[in-house]
Amino acid sequence: MTLLDVENLWVRFPTRQGIFDAVRGVSFTLGRERLGIVGESGSGKSMTGRAILRLIRPPGIVEADHVMLEGRDLLRLSEKDMRGVRGQKISMVMQDPKFSLNPVMTVGEQLIEAYRLANRSGRGEAHKASVEALESVSIRDAERVMRAYPHEMSGGMGQRIMIAMMLIPGPQILIADEPTSALDVSVQRQVLSIVDDLVTSRGMGLIFISHDLNLVADFCDRVLIMYAGRVVEVCQADRLHDATHPYTRGLLNSLPRLDQPRPKLEVLKRDPAWSQAPSVSGRA
Amino acid sequence: MSMLRVEGLNVWFGAGRDRVNAVTDASFEVAKGESFGLVGESGSGKSTILRAITGLAAQWDGRITVDDQPLTRKRIRTFYKTVQMVFQDPYASLHPRHSVDAVLGETLHLHGFGDIDQRVAKLLDDVGLDQRFRFRYPHQLSGGQRQRVAIARALAAEPRILLLDEPTSALDVSVQAEILNLLSDLRAEHDLTYVMVSHDLAVVGHMCARLAVMKDSRIVEVMDVAALRARRAEHPYSQELLRNSIGA
Repeated sequence: MTLLDVENLWVRFPTRQGIFDAVRGVSFTLGRERLGIVGESGSGKSMTGRAILRLIRPPGIVEADHVMLEGRDLLRLSEKDMRGVRGQKISMVMQDPKFSLNPVMTVGEQLIEAYRLANRSGRGEAHKASVEALESVSIRDAERVMRAYPHEMSGGMGQRIMIAMMLIPGPQILIADEPTSALDVSVQRQVLSIVDDLVTSRGMGLIFISHDLNLVADFCDRVLIMYAGRVVEVCQADRLHDATHPYTRGLLNSLPRLDQPRPKLEVLKRDPAWSQAPSVSGRA
Repeated sequence: MSMLRVEGLNVWFGAGRDRVNAVTDASFEVAKGESFGLVGESGSGKSTILRAITGLAAQWDGRITVDDQPLTRKRIRTFYKTVQMVFQDPYASLHPRHSVDAVLGETLHLHGFGDIDQRVAKLLDDVGLDQRFRFRYPHQLSGGQRQRVAIARALAAEPRILLLDEPTSALDVSVQAEILNLLSDLRAEHDLTYVMVSHDLAVVGHMCARLAVMKDSRIVEVMDVAALRARRAEHPYSQELLRNSIGA
């Protein structure tokens, strides 16, 4: 079942040197699956995620044939209707919880606010639901965390709180933009397995944006590889290591590996043709 | 013959009941021309060890010996000719209003070199930057180019030990490969000794011959890279770290 259908998405920024295309003709569908988008900085992966939620500010321009969610084209919705989509239907978790949580509100107040925006309810009920949300992301002493301020939390805790907050309204789609890049490897694993459990048990769709090929290969079902604003290759995540596009191969080969020691790492040689070729469709 | 020896190093911040022990009783030795890695999670004290060696941590005790010279509390001038450091974030470690030429020129001047002009050109050459980058400002450079400038600045003093604090973790993997290759070449050409901090086991496995695993301010295990590759860690924490390194 298709939750989200993106056709021919472009993100453009007018600059003094002319128009810069950050995303160029990206198409994909998202079902109840974990879809990874990988690429290097500047490849347009984050812009794709933001464009879906119409979070690109002017002068940036978002264009697409359609971005369909439940039979509605998100690009044609009014700003008011769009607010009913953001958070309620599609939620987003950003890289660094330090910048996503309000530093002068306790965690509890922020969760309660999120809950009451989504549901008409009293504070008592909202409090109870917030504690449950924290418990669902494996936070043990939820009552204490409710009273704490974000700076009193570690990075891993902060990211779990963000995930709890994003899931309170029960969205169908979660866009996670480098959700674990600021975390230690051991914490990274925990946060990912929490996301995985929640997404699977609720039957949500997940768009997982990351620069880390190994992580995506391990965690996602399907992967789009982006280069210079285009999707250059689509593959099943468990087959990522058999990818054929020279860019994907180049990225994989430039990673140092413990099991294959070499004196020199391979350096990626960029071919201008990669950015010229039309975007590969990521339709399932 | 050891180039760097650390014995019973303690580093702490604050005093009295606010005292935090960042490094507790750390000891290791790095041979001349060797590359030694420090791994562990954030807050385990790995960067603090580097900062204590360069003199950026004020409160420490224990013994640090560089090239058979024990370090004093106040670092002497020749120390900085021997030991230089490259920091994690090339965006933060270069002065935004100094051109590449000014950054390298000033460093060379401070180290008392005369032929600054030729040396700047040579340094750019060494780190694989074209001469046209010489009069650019940091914001006109990519992340990888900036890290090359930071490495050139560290090389300006003609040091014998380079302390590398996560030198590639802010960079894309393709750029990381270029910088790691550059560091390998420089070590061979200039006969350098490296101490490298990283959270990425694969990077340390690629660059270093031996490594120390840190947890909660202590070194829990020192192992060689063959043991790392064979995933033969002894301490339970090192085993967990190996398990968690996806695909590495």
